[in-house]
Amino acid sequence: MALVPTASQTVGPYLHLGLTALTRADIAKDASKGEKIVISGRVFDGEGQPVPDALLEFWQANADGKYAHPDDLQDKPLDGGFLGFGRVPTDKDGGFRFATVKPGAVPGPGNSLQAPHIVVCVFMRGMLRHLYTRIYFSDEAGNADDPVLGLIEDAARRPTLVAQRQGGKAEYHWDIHMQGQKETVFFDC
Amino acid sequence: MSALIGYKKPAAGTQPNYLHPPYQSSIKRAPGKPLVLVPQTLSEITGPLFGHELIGPTDNDLTKQHDGEPIGERIILSGRVLDENGRPVPRTLIEVWQANSTGRYRHALDQHDAPLDPNFTGYGRTVTDDEGRYRFVSIKPGAYPWRNHHNAWRPQHIHFSLFGPSFMTRLVTQMYFPGDPLLPLDPIFNCVTDQRARDSMISTFDLETTIPEFALGYRWDIVLRGRDATPMEKQ
Ligand SMILES: [Fe+3]
Repeated sequence: MALVPTASQTVGPYLHLGLTALTRADIAKDASKGEKIVISGRVFDGEGQPVPDALLEFWQANADGKYAHPDDLQDKPLDGGFLGFGRVPTDKDGGFRFATVKPGAVPGPGNSLQAPHIVVCVFMRGMLRHLYTRIYFSDEAGNADDPVLGLIEDAARRPTLVAQRQGGKAEYHWDIHMQGQKETVFFDC
Repeated sequence: MSALIGYKKPAAGTQPNYLHPPYQSSIKRAPGKPLVLVPQTLSEITGPLFGHELIGPTDNDLTKQHDGEPIGERIILSGRVLDENGRPVPRTLIEVWQANSTGRYRHALDQHDAPLDPNFTGYGRTVTDDEGRYRFVSIKPGAYPWRNHHNAWRPQHIHFSLFGPSFMTRLVTQMYFPGDPLLPLDPIFNCVTDQRARDSMISTFDLETTIPEFALGYRWDIVLRGRDATPMEKQ
């Protein structure tokens, strides 16, 4: 039996009514292992205006590179209550802040290893369908060989997925641009 | 490692394009460049799983969240969450939000000049059972104006958010009611070209689940992306 998947619709302007009960802006506290980090930034539309009614969801492995999910069959330890899911709405300036632990590397296609990354799902008023993107980290040498970053043909766009470490601190800056010169790479997956 | 099985791509016309000019807000918010095609890896086929531990006793009954009863037409909304292959999606979280019976949201940004209902919040959640079934009790939301174009009104709808078994099955959508005269006029509902995809968002009136002297029943099944038949590649 082949069914037609239900069509996606926008979260609309009142997304907070439905989606803030499950806000998870600080999941570092759930983990015993790994470097505690903060990722913050802003979301901008095609005119460079901040998007105050967006919602970001984050999905990541724990510090050992293990996902809290039954399809992850790797022989690696789970980390207590660390689920690896975050959800943050943007504020009136389009800003967001997400506290977590830095994920470990996970396997990629073939025998490859993916550089540490977080999968991001983007929702906003004005978008009929969510978008997928990823956050990588500027202090990870593995980015150069990452099999997914490598698929972005225009290498000049790859840095749009790399969160920049601020000085020596465990704080990263990462913005989302919907359009224009700095447009973030979004994935069809 | 064993072979990973990915999720199917939606068939053409069954999901909206990001840019849909009749919906004006999409113009500055849709990506300008084509999406970059990537394989699903372990990072994509996994995803957050939530269970019954999240759910409070009145979370799926939006008429019981205050001391008094909300004004409006009571409805029982039930159905199943399935995947494209027709298999039930058990134990998955559903979040819903909606306007009250006057078409007003309990939200700071809703400026519609219609009364709030002190006995209605308009937020609910539940988890599907082992057969993928869910059930909400609520009141029928009102239509409301928006400023997309002259005399623009949204059809009556309830917003739904679902996770499914993977980050790839994530879905946010809206459920509509049968026979709503605003449906042919709504650029959001009409964002998909495939008639079956539009129909997939409309519930059906159901006498079976209608409760005598209490509430009208509506049924609506939700279909999430299904697994591919064969592994896409070895990992
Ligand atoms: Fe709405």
